[in-house]
Amino acid sequence: MTDRHVVVLAGGLTHEREVSLRSGSRLADSLRRHGHDVTIRDVDATILPWLAEHTPDAAIIALHGGRGENGAVQEVLEMAGIPYLGTPSHNCRLAWDKATAKTLLRRAGFHTPDWITLSHQTFRDLGAPAMVEAVVRHLGLPLMVKPHQGGSGLGAGVVRGAEDLPGALIDAFAYGTVVLVEQFVTGTELALSVLDAPAPDPDEGSTHEDTLRLPGVTDYSDAATRTTSFALPAVEIVPPGDVFDYEARYTAGTTTYHTPARLPADQAAAAGAMAVAAHRTLGLRDVSRVDAIVDKTGVVHFLEVNVSPGLTETSMLPMAVAAAGRELGELYSELIETAISRS
Amino acid sequence: MAVRQGGKWKVMDMTGNSLDHHLQRYAQRTSGMRASAIRALFSVANRPEVVSLAGGMPFLNSLPLESLAAEAASLINEDGLVALQYGSGQGIGELREQICQVMALEGIQAHPDDVVVTVGSQMALDLSTRIFIDPGDVILAEAPSYVGALSTFSSYQADVVHVSMDDAGLVPEALEAAIEAVRASGRRIKLLYTIPNYHNPAGVTLSAERRPRIAEICREAGITILEDNPYGLLGFDNKIHRAIRADDADNVIYLGSFSKTFAPGLRVGWVLAPHAVREKLVLANESATLNPPVFNQLMVSRYLHNFDWQGQIKAYQQTYAERRDAMLQALQTLMPPGTTWTTPTGGFYVWVTLPEGLDTAAMLPRAVTARVAYVPGNAFYADGFGSRQMRLSFCYPTPERIVEGVHRLAAVIDSELEILQTFGGPRPHGAITGERSPSPDTA
Repeated sequence: MTDRHVVVLAGGLTHEREVSLRSGSRLADSLRRHGHDVTIRDVDATILPWLAEHTPDAAIIALHGGRGENGAVQEVLEMAGIPYLGTPSHNCRLAWDKATAKTLLRRAGFHTPDWITLSHQTFRDLGAPAMVEAVVRHLGLPLMVKPHQGGSGLGAGVVRGAEDLPGALIDAFAYGTVVLVEQFVTGTELALSVLDAPAPDPDEGSTHEDTLRLPGVTDYSDAATRTTSFALPAVEIVPPGDVFDYEARYTAGTTTYHTPARLPADQAAAAGAMAVAAHRTLGLRDVSRVDAIVDKTGVVHFLEVNVSPGLTETSMLPMAVAAAGRELGELYSELIETAISRS
Repeated sequence: MAVRQGGKWKVMDMTGNSLDHHLQRYAQRTSGMRASAIRALFSVANRPEVVSLAGGMPFLNSLPLESLAAEAASLINEDGLVALQYGSGQGIGELREQICQVMALEGIQAHPDDVVVTVGSQMALDLSTRIFIDPGDVILAEAPSYVGALSTFSSYQADVVHVSMDDAGLVPEALEAAIEAVRASGRRIKLLYTIPNYHNPAGVTLSAERRPRIAEICREAGITILEDNPYGLLGFDNKIHRAIRADDADNVIYLGSFSKTFAPGLRVGWVLAPHAVREKLVLANESATLNPPVFNQLMVSRYLHNFDWQGQIKAYQQTYAERRDAMLQALQTLMPPGTTWTTPTGGFYVWVTLPEGLDTAAMLPRAVTARVAYVPGNAFYADGFGSRQMRLSFCYPTPERIVEGVHRLAAVIDSELEILQTFGGPRPHGAITGERSPSPDTA
């Protein structure tokens, strides 16, 4: 169905505002081409009165970082009774915090690089030199340092020598009060987009094998929610340096992407399976993007997950959608109907 | 859902995609045109929740908008077929005469034939660079210098060499030393780019005593002066400084603008140049834009003719002086020990130097979280310096918002100092490519 009134929430006051505005604008254009009446709104003091007055059919959260991903905006929409596309608020809170997501997934048997999360106060109270030495002794080198919340590669850095760790920590602390330090795993860097769809109905004679024909795709059906989750073709990321940072992400021509990833079939399948399982384990809904590394031995390591994946011209979810032969507006139109139907 | 219907999904080979198939065809001068996390943060700075001490937007609220609306309607009604038509590449004659009257306030005696109207003075800067600079030529510029000029110089692949300033502006001895050093390195100096009045970003003004000396040094060295003077009429002490061009018509190219004295949205500026240079500028202007917008030129011309434009400038001066005072007072009260700043007598900006070890670019995300914004100092250097400095603008926020902004900024600096203390003092600076080029409040 088309002609829905959809509000795309974009902007916000996070460090990723610029990216969010671009995601929202691109998504709105795609949806308008599919006949929807789309309004782009920032999330500020005017949003609640606006929602009450206009009661859109559905909301899509194209906010990155902060309230857009930590469950706050989702909670507002739940209170306002507006159907929205994406993960419910309580699960956002788990996925948004990188350490919490890693903890939950490791307990469930996932591979994820060893890590430690530390606040500035910990370094201050226990003494930074001793803490730096302890972190390096505990995790080894090289290390990845990043803010424990937020995305777009902001504040992230690779540390190859212990002497570089304080500088990397200072950079990460500029974006938040807690940092996540984890072992830096080299290998094939992947962005794995996961989608939900209504589960095939056996009465209609349809099976997964009939319908999910994408090589390397793993699906997971859930009887309780009557949904199937499946991964789109993996996007392999080859940034120009160690880190897929802001410049590498948003300067077209800087990073090379391979979709599907140049992996053996078994590793591609394992990566897709891991992403779908992570999506399900964390209770994510409709759409997510899992970032992962396949190491030299073929082990797939979970790094982090995004409940509001980027939708810009250089973002990986739209690349995966295109590589799967679909158009972003068409796909999101279907997800909008799903969101409305469950309200 | 598509999955159930089958057939919609297929795998397409999109390997080796850089997302830019023009990649191998770009000119070398685009190599610095990349996404920047710091630049992206300014998207947040524009939100009303943030006190932006970053932008240099004039405060236009005192403009007589109703009268201007009537004037615009009258322009269309009475002169629409001219206002909406192509025009001269040099600009409208009557406006050029009026521009000469404006420049006369700064002691410049000029003929309208030597004036070229441009799309803001930024275009004048671009055209001047275009006609003088080959890749690798050296442009001398103050340390720090206007970020928009550095961007233009970079796009023409000039090498910028910074020259020290102090509280009295560009230091003549430093200029001489820079000329000698560049020449010793075998490079060719074409231009000195200078903002003599209420400098952007430094806030200082070149002293009257130094102006003829600077002109003399450049004349003897065969270096053309680009005198950029957008703020000259915005002094807070009823004083108008005599332009360098007023005493050197042959070796100075003067850039002027109505953006700060009237309205930046109209994008009307100008360049005054010696006859031979002016000929080339007209041709370059035609090449770039065919002609500056006629409607906008006529609006400016009518504004100068029909409105009390000098009274409006006095209103601007009063507004900005109050805001300057609010900012200086707040800095005095709230900044931590070891912080220094300049004391502007006009214009829009204060240049602040933070205690050793702080990095204003690295600190900006923390500031944005605290909902205050500034421009990091390294944006105003071509050689990587300026990491301890920041530019604060007092032109747009109200005095109350300025005080609130400085209050937030002081808290951010305290947090950053605490982080540095935790990790054992300053971290090494990044890519510094030039020689040490002190800024005005630390020279």
